[in-house]
Amino acid sequence: MADFETPEIKEYPVIPRLKPDVMSHSKPFVAKEQFQEPLGFPGELVDNWQDKAIEKMGELQGKYRSLQVFLDICVKCGACTDKCHYYLGTTDPKNMPVARQDLFRQVYRRYFTFAGKFFGKLGMPGFVGARELDKEVLDDWYSYFHQCSQCRRCSVYCPYGIDTAEISMAAREVLDAVGVGQKYCNEIIGKVFKIGNNLGLPEPALADTLEGLEEEVKDDTGIDVKYPLDVKGAEVLLVTPSADFFAEPHVDGLIGYGKVFHEAGISWTVSSYASEAANFGMFIGSYENMRRVSMRIREAALELGVKRIIFGECGHAWRVAYSFLNTLAGPFDFLDPRYPVPQHICEFTYDLIQKGALKFDKSANDHRVMTYHDSCNVARASRMGPMPGGQFKIPREIIKATCNHFYDMPADTIHEGTYCCGGGGGLLTDDLMELRVKGAMPRMQALKHVVDNYGVTHMAAICAICKSQFSKVMPYYGFTMDQIVSVHQLVSDAIVMTNNEV
Amino acid sequence: MHIAFGIMFYIAGLLLVIGLIVKIKQYASTPAPLKIPTTPAPVTRTGVVWRMFTEIVFFNSLWKSNKWIWIFGWLFHFALLLAFFRHLRYAIDPAGMFGFLWPLVNNWAVQTAGKYAGWMMLIGLLGLFARRIVVDRVRYISSPSDFAILLLIIGIALTGVLMSFVAHTDIVQLKEFTIGLLTFNWQPMPTDGLLITHLALVLILMVIFPVSKLLHAPGIFFSPTRNQVDNPREQRHIADWARKLESSN
Ligand code: SF4
Ligand code: SF4
Repeated sequence: MADFETPEIKEYPVIPRLKPDVMSHSKPFVAKEQFQEPLGFPGELVDNWQDKAIEKMGELQGKYRSLQVFLDICVKCGACTDKCHYYLGTTDPKNMPVARQDLFRQVYRRYFTFAGKFFGKLGMPGFVGARELDKEVLDDWYSYFHQCSQCRRCSVYCPYGIDTAEISMAAREVLDAVGVGQKYCNEIIGKVFKIGNNLGLPEPALADTLEGLEEEVKDDTGIDVKYPLDVKGAEVLLVTPSADFFAEPHVDGLIGYGKVFHEAGISWTVSSYASEAANFGMFIGSYENMRRVSMRIREAALELGVKRIIFGECGHAWRVAYSFLNTLAGPFDFLDPRYPVPQHICEFTYDLIQKGALKFDKSANDHRVMTYHDSCNVARASRMGPMPGGQFKIPREIIKATCNHFYDMPADTIHEGTYCCGGGGGLLTDDLMELRVKGAMPRMQALKHVVDNYGVTHMAAICAICKSQFSKVMPYYGFTMDQIVSVHQLVSDAIVMTNNEV
Repeated sequence: MHIAFGIMFYIAGLLLVIGLIVKIKQYASTPAPLKIPTTPAPVTRTGVVWRMFTEIVFFNSLWKSNKWIWIFGWLFHFALLLAFFRHLRYAIDPAGMFGFLWPLVNNWAVQTAGKYAGWMMLIGLLGLFARRIVVDRVRYISSPSDFAILLLIIGIALTGVLMSFVAHTDIVQLKEFTIGLLTFNWQPMPTDGLLITHLALVLILMVIFPVSKLLHAPGIFFSPTRNQVDNPREQRHIADWARKLESSN
């Protein structure tokens, strides 16, 4: 089915030998003018792109301390070299985090540091790891900065916390500025500006879908669970990834959220204007675009007069929501101050479980032996609950409250050491299929371990990208696409519906 | 000879201090517009201080990451600290302004530890050097300057160890020279090859410090993934340039 080989899963994880440039052909489609222009980027490679790129680099170094510091302080110790799932899956050395950074750093060194300028003049910039910005470098940037899912695993293991994601974001921003944007991300951001969500689902389609869900749940349970859209005065605005509206297994999660709200007796609504939790502005490193996308949520909350904002299951979205929303679109002083802004649906459900407000029949999930995939951006770029590490505990507690059988994957592949699904950071596109399959290898290996040892049948996740990615790549590794489930799908299947008043 | 060295030390010292001030000012004044601590992260300032402490003293993240690099790297840096204390002996005048520090430095424990630290340092450095050659991943990411910096420090450590264990230099005269430098009252220096090499290499190290990856020393304190408090929901965090966007629309 494909013109590449699925990596073999070895019995034990091994650090592969380097195979230079085996992934240099991997490049996502370049955005055409029509997708660049709405975001304020040039439509094609500009004439004086070298100058422009260097100018943009200088601007970004002045705006982001992370970038400036990280470019200076890497000591090339090599601790991060075996930490990236794309390196482990592809064996291409430029997918080692530090080597990926160096694609950017070599240019930084050449044009912005004394050492690079000095040895550059001597005609030996390579002595200090500096290099002229030429077309080959630009091509490498386009290729390898689109082989980073901005998952931050490297940052956990670097002695200085150097986060390659920060460099990838900056590089993509420079690429956009000179006119070589990535089609997938930029087209999607354009859709959000125009329609309100990544999938381009307009209001009538949303209304239809939600109505369909109400009927489905009624048929299943006999209970009138509401899936409201644009209801003014609702208590909660639910912002969820648009994949939740129709893709499998996402939609089963959405059904679950509705049941939880119903049981809690709390009124809620989706907004057609801000019908998207994901914020692809982060993937392209663009503060301005990220802010524009975020502002829609603020505007929707004001317009609908809600008191709380709750986010559905989504990984990178939760990073932007938890870590950045207050910065980008705050302050949220018009919301109920008793609740954090925003809240995660898992925090909400977990609170109810702790209060004893939800009843479960765990046996409904007895046909499943569960494991849990920590989504990278939830694990390493956000939190849930009041305690550090709540992002690991809360989803697991929900699974344990709703399922009888749960086993964790090996310790170095979960929690802060979790492997990305292989499709994050704006790479969930069919033109990067080879990369996605190969990048999933470390996670698949860990999954296979618990499948073989504990008879695990299903893996739960709380990220729309993870769910889409896994349902697509799991078959390459001998699993089936329905082995990935939403956490709130488990909630949905086990919840005992008692409250029939709406 | 001692005049040339004296002048070079002043120049190198000046470059080092000015270079560091420029870089530290740059790091401090560049905004960090978003909250990006690598989580799980402390939720209080005190927690962050503790996190930084474990990173700087124990190389906590490196420990999680790679035990070989940790052992070699930590040995080297710890030995550097011990050697530093030993060297204070040459810079403190018992009768001078910092004379009260003298007993803290001039004692058996500090001096012996500092003496053997030279070996520790060499073991660490040679281990790191070997990794650069033997491990294909590390070899791939190394540029010539990475080897050069290691060799430079190996040279400093080696000449130091040789002076401690094989061919002593004239310590009394050396001390007169260094105190003279510090008090602007130049004195002659010993002229044996080991000492001259040792000092010359140190001069180079001082000069390249602020223009090389050695900036990791001050830089780590400014790393946002490590030094930020995880409290974005509780406290709005916004940079000046980002605030300007707010007033523009
Ligand atoms: S772990 Fe950090 S310092 Fe070491 S090579 Fe990687 S990015 Fe550089
Ligand atoms: S952020 Fe993730 S994908 Fe990117 S280099 Fe680091 S480990 Fe690899």
